[in-house]
Amino acid sequence: MSRAALLVLADGRFPAGGHAHSGGAEAAVKAGRISGAASLGEFCRGRLHTAGLVAAGLAAAAALGIDPVALDRAADARTPSPALRVAARKLGRQLLRAARATWPSAELDALGREFPKGAHQPVVLGLAARAAGLGPVDAAYCAAYENVSGPASATVRLLSLDPFDATGVLARLAPEVDRVVDRAVEAARQAVDGGVDALPAASAPLLEIGAEAHAGWHVRLFAS
Amino acid sequence: MHLDHTDHGPAALSADAHRPDGTRRALRIGLGGPVGSGKTATVAALCRALRDELALAVVTNDIYTREDAEFLLREAVLPPERITAVETGACPHTAIRDDISANLEAVEDLEDAVGPLDLVLVESGGDNLTATFSKGLVDAQIFVIDVAGGDDIPRKGGPGVTTADLLVVNKTDLAPYVGSDLARMAADAKAQRAELPVVFQSLRSEAGVADVAAWVRAQLAAWRA
Repeated sequence: MSRAALLVLADGRFPAGGHAHSGGAEAAVKAGRISGAASLGEFCRGRLHTAGLVAAGLAAAAALGIDPVALDRAADARTPSPALRVAARKLGRQLLRAARATWPSAELDALGREFPKGAHQPVVLGLAARAAGLGPVDAAYCAAYENVSGPASATVRLLSLDPFDATGVLARLAPEVDRVVDRAVEAARQAVDGGVDALPAASAPLLEIGAEAHAGWHVRLFAS
Repeated sequence: MHLDHTDHGPAALSADAHRPDGTRRALRIGLGGPVGSGKTATVAALCRALRDELALAVVTNDIYTREDAEFLLREAVLPPERITAVETGACPHTAIRDDISANLEAVEDLEDAVGPLDLVLVESGGDNLTATFSKGLVDAQIFVIDVAGGDDIPRKGGPGVTTADLLVVNKTDLAPYVGSDLARMAADAKAQRAELPVVFQSLRSEAGVADVAAWVRAQLAAWRA
């Protein structure tokens, strides 16, 4: 395993389309639920322990070699909002393109043939980690961290928030990211024998509702 | 996983010249430039000039609305299924240069849905003078500025003015009203771009987009050769 490969995959500049998505931050800003660094911190904490935990579990499970088709169905079952499913598949397709170019692998090619319009992004992320020679812990870290770093950088653009404050939010969430990753990887290991129902299924209804409303807006900065 | 889909390989990754089924893909031409310089108007005029002789489609990259795509739809320059809008997260230059995945997918989806195509025009949202297209996304790029944006823009240079395969100086009909010196713009552009071509254009004149359309035809001939 190369530690540097983890930095490549986790880099916010990895060209996989994330820059056009706010992770629900744009809807939350408009609704007044994010208005500054403190409420951004609360939003990210809630997201980390729900959507972040689910994504980290799926990514770790894919990195462990669990069937991606079963994982993709498990992701659908954990994503009630059609708009979020569309966004997750779009991002999965974009990530797959970048990963296939970066770490060519038969597993990634097969995933592309199975899901020509995209699998759920955390599933692709887990397989990308695998192709990069990384393990389930690394995959879960990438998933959990980007679940909060995406909304934080989007909020810098949406609110002209001080970027040092946004980065401070992420730094203070680090111990919680560690705990979420532990839980996600433990569940993923259980899913190897116990099936995908062992994976976390936490949900954040406001993220789902906000995503549906956001998808209908005529003027918006972010795709989701 | 179904590993028996051997009819064609997995999808293309980047600017591969061939599609998964082995056919040559469409030529991709990017149009970038500052806000309000006439990129969308030029795209609309190109569609009208070329649509009877070429199979073409358009991808727009709006900053925060779908206005450019909607303008093209309203003007009915192409059937709606040939126009796609990419959302750019407030940064068109990121979507055309640093992270081109959404645009690649839009281009490929258009070719799958309405292809085979001869030409796909990829229009950037209005951006700054440093916004250029990745070679992984387009085969050639046009940078559109206008005389009303200041006749010192060619002198200032920057990656768009200096390196674009074609520089279009638009709205020449406005030059007398905004005090822009076209001869000076031409001399500055020549100094910045050496042998790279420059077109001075007014879409309100009779010639309209003819020079740019001729340049596009030449690009297509070279792409097919």
